[in-house]
Amino acid sequence: MADAPHIPDEAETRARWGNFAWNEKNAEKAREILSRYPAGREQSASIPFLDLAQRQVGEETNTQGWLPVPVIEFVAREIGVAYIRVFEVATFYTMFNLAPVGRYHVQVCGTTPCMLRGSDDVLAACKNRGLAKGKTTPDGLFTLTEVECLGTCANAPMAQINDDNFEDLDYDKTVAILDALARGETPKPGPQIERQASAPEGGPTTLQAMVGENHDYRGEWGSAA
Amino acid sequence: MPKLKVDGIEVEVPQGATVLQACEIAGKEIPRFCYHERLSIAGNCRMCLVEVKPGPPKPQASCALPAADGQEIRTDSAMVKAAREGVMEFLLINHPLDCPICDQGGECDLQDQSVAYGRGISRYDENKRAVTEKYMGPIVKTVMTRCIQCTRCVRFAEEVAGVEEIGAIYRGEDMQITSYLERAVSSELSGNVVDLCPVGALTSKPYAFEARPWELKKTLAIDVMDAVGTNIRLDSRGRQVLRALPRINEDVNEEWAHDKTRHAVDGLVRKRLDRPYVRRDGKLVAVDWDEAFDAIAAVNAGSSVAAIAGDLLDCETMFAAKALVRNMGSSLIEGRQTGMAYDVSNLGAVAFNTTIAGVEQADAILLVGTDLRHEAPLVNTRVRKAIKRGARVFAIGPETDLTYKVEWLGEDLSLLGGLPDRAAEALDAAERPMVIVGPGALKNGHAAALKLATDGNLVRDGWNGFNVVHTAAARMGGLMLGFAQPGGIADIVAANPKLVFFMGADEVDFTAFANSFKVYIGHHGDKGAHHADVILPGASYAEKAGTYVNLEGRVQRGDAAVFAPGDAREDWTILRALSDRLSATLPFDTFQGLRAAMFAEVPALATEGLVRYDWNPPVLDARAEGSVTYPIADFYLTNAICRASPTMQRCSAELVHGQDFAEAAE
Repeated sequence: MADAPHIPDEAETRARWGNFAWNEKNAEKAREILSRYPAGREQSASIPFLDLAQRQVGEETNTQGWLPVPVIEFVAREIGVAYIRVFEVATFYTMFNLAPVGRYHVQVCGTTPCMLRGSDDVLAACKNRGLAKGKTTPDGLFTLTEVECLGTCANAPMAQINDDNFEDLDYDKTVAILDALARGETPKPGPQIERQASAPEGGPTTLQAMVGENHDYRGEWGSAA
Repeated sequence: MPKLKVDGIEVEVPQGATVLQACEIAGKEIPRFCYHERLSIAGNCRMCLVEVKPGPPKPQASCALPAADGQEIRTDSAMVKAAREGVMEFLLINHPLDCPICDQGGECDLQDQSVAYGRGISRYDENKRAVTEKYMGPIVKTVMTRCIQCTRCVRFAEEVAGVEEIGAIYRGEDMQITSYLERAVSSELSGNVVDLCPVGALTSKPYAFEARPWELKKTLAIDVMDAVGTNIRLDSRGRQVLRALPRINEDVNEEWAHDKTRHAVDGLVRKRLDRPYVRRDGKLVAVDWDEAFDAIAAVNAGSSVAAIAGDLLDCETMFAAKALVRNMGSSLIEGRQTGMAYDVSNLGAVAFNTTIAGVEQADAILLVGTDLRHEAPLVNTRVRKAIKRGARVFAIGPETDLTYKVEWLGEDLSLLGGLPDRAAEALDAAERPMVIVGPGALKNGHAAALKLATDGNLVRDGWNGFNVVHTAAARMGGLMLGFAQPGGIADIVAANPKLVFFMGADEVDFTAFANSFKVYIGHHGDKGAHHADVILPGASYAEKAGTYVNLEGRVQRGDAAVFAPGDAREDWTILRALSDRLSATLPFDTFQGLRAAMFAEVPALATEGLVRYDWNPPVLDARAEGSVTYPIADFYLTNAICRASPTMQRCSAELVHGQDFAEAAE
């Protein structure tokens, strides 16, 4: 990977994160998560715990959070499994960051449908805004990652920023969203054009009678042929 | 019992067998990489594809498919051939073409199977992926670009070794096998992943670039690093043993061997005694055999003579020493060098009666003063297997990591007199309870453990649950030959013999023998040689044929792989020659003659296999108290051979004493 992320060396992360423990709120949440699984199956909590831990790291560093090795080990101890087993999970899923990210983690989809619909423009917008793939901007605000399909192909191109999807992007809309985030605003997630979720642009093309109120189509069955 | 057809051959397989096993029963060879009999099924290499009817119209992985009644399997159809060729082609896409510089060459599953099942040409001309090397410790060398992700090493570490430190990180094309944070794997069984690895990704670090498998002479031998009696094969070239590999013996070591067994062999060419020495004016001076013999004869010991056997001896050597001492008119022979003096009036009371394989059947196990992981690693793996079947394990002794969950009862041996309720109830309720007494408890806890076994009904019809773990390969053989005084080595010290033969005995407290003339007959310049007045160079286990009795009483024989260096001779020939000089001529001139005499005296040694000791435990004073100390402080440096081995010294420094070698290695 040419854009390999920079992982701080182990001594540094151990010094900073060696004493990681749940904060009060997350301790409560962790208990609730653990209670979902039967005794002896604590390993099932690997993924929710890693997510919770990443979020807590995010809170503590005012970023999107990442998983330093001592935090992964903390999770492993919490659920009583070997470090390597949790480490495997953390490295498997791309949603877990193995290196620090910025306040906003911009994940631009570059898979075929998005690429055909203009993800190159989105990436160009990011680039011109100062974001580089795999890097965090010097002000610590943005980290850009090009990712594979995030399952929003109907609204291509799209980017996931933190927990929200921003869809139907183009160059200008991308810049606008990034600017808004930089100003500390919260831009509206979802489609950036006039459409409801992934419904067709300009309103529905089928079942139009259903838009305003419930409509019983059954009487019309067969007559269309 | 499902009945199915494999290539038209009807076979009946046990319930729960896989299609792959059914094919093997039918005599069909199924290529495989990830499947291994002793590990869980992964089903990720896809090499074992076969055609199965009824079923989907595509090849199926036979290793993960249960055999069912009425199945028709084809292993010879065009579909199967195409599937194997396809899988092989994919596996080779990212596999480097570095066989000429790969240590696995000549014994590589991937090589063999690509010849047998591959297409012969490659259609791939993109770039291959490359993976960085991972540090796995002093034993395992990695070339991870060669890895085909079969995950055998991951499963071995988790399931057999019980050390979850190897895993697969990242995913898809980026998947990499690694030890956790690329640290040394802290398992005493780590060398086994080298044998398990079907390609050259994990190879033996000490053996790197030493030899090709086809130029090695293979000798069947028995390991002497512990009392388990691991069946090994010594691979030698010329006069040097280059490596030791385990042989399959289901009753003893299955197909594993620990790292000391495998890698202490480089100690066989270091610090060797290769000529006789005599101490003159406090200094050892090299002499020839006659001078050395003269020096011994000059002691004029008469019948004031004793022999002390070391831990690595074969029965023949011990018998020859015993015969020499007897001919000189003495009966002072002892093998328990460190001063142990347990009662040996009944050998059943000091043997591993359940048998090593029998451990797996146990449903409640009480460990008494044993650090089994380091005293007998391959018994420890059996205990792990028993736990998997649902056994509960309790232990008395200082807490230590045995790689499995143990309910520690406490450190004091007085617990044997009154077990805590949970342990007592578990042993009572168990159908096949067993107690394993380790060397740490033999001194103060042997009698109490025997009482526990008798009172607790651990010995019943068809099941003997009383077990003693020894750490010396020579121990059971020595006890059968009578190498035991009632008071242990203290009796010998008390007799104050003029002349003492130390037969490879290095762990003795030599200060107690200050007044004796000490003759060391052994192979390494270790502690025993430093204290000796005369040194006679002998042969190590790799250089002499011998009979060994393991801790369960299994008589096994090994052959000589190489010749002893320099003037060193097989131990029995030294004793035979010396006996002439001391006018106590031994009554045998050949090795066969020696064996015949030994068999005549101890008939049980004549037949290979398990000796059945009678169970007739002595009634002893059953008070037990005192805490346990485990005798093995450093697993990698327990005898003269490993202390001479650079690999074992490195293991000790890194794995026992925590010295950091990771960066220096790169």
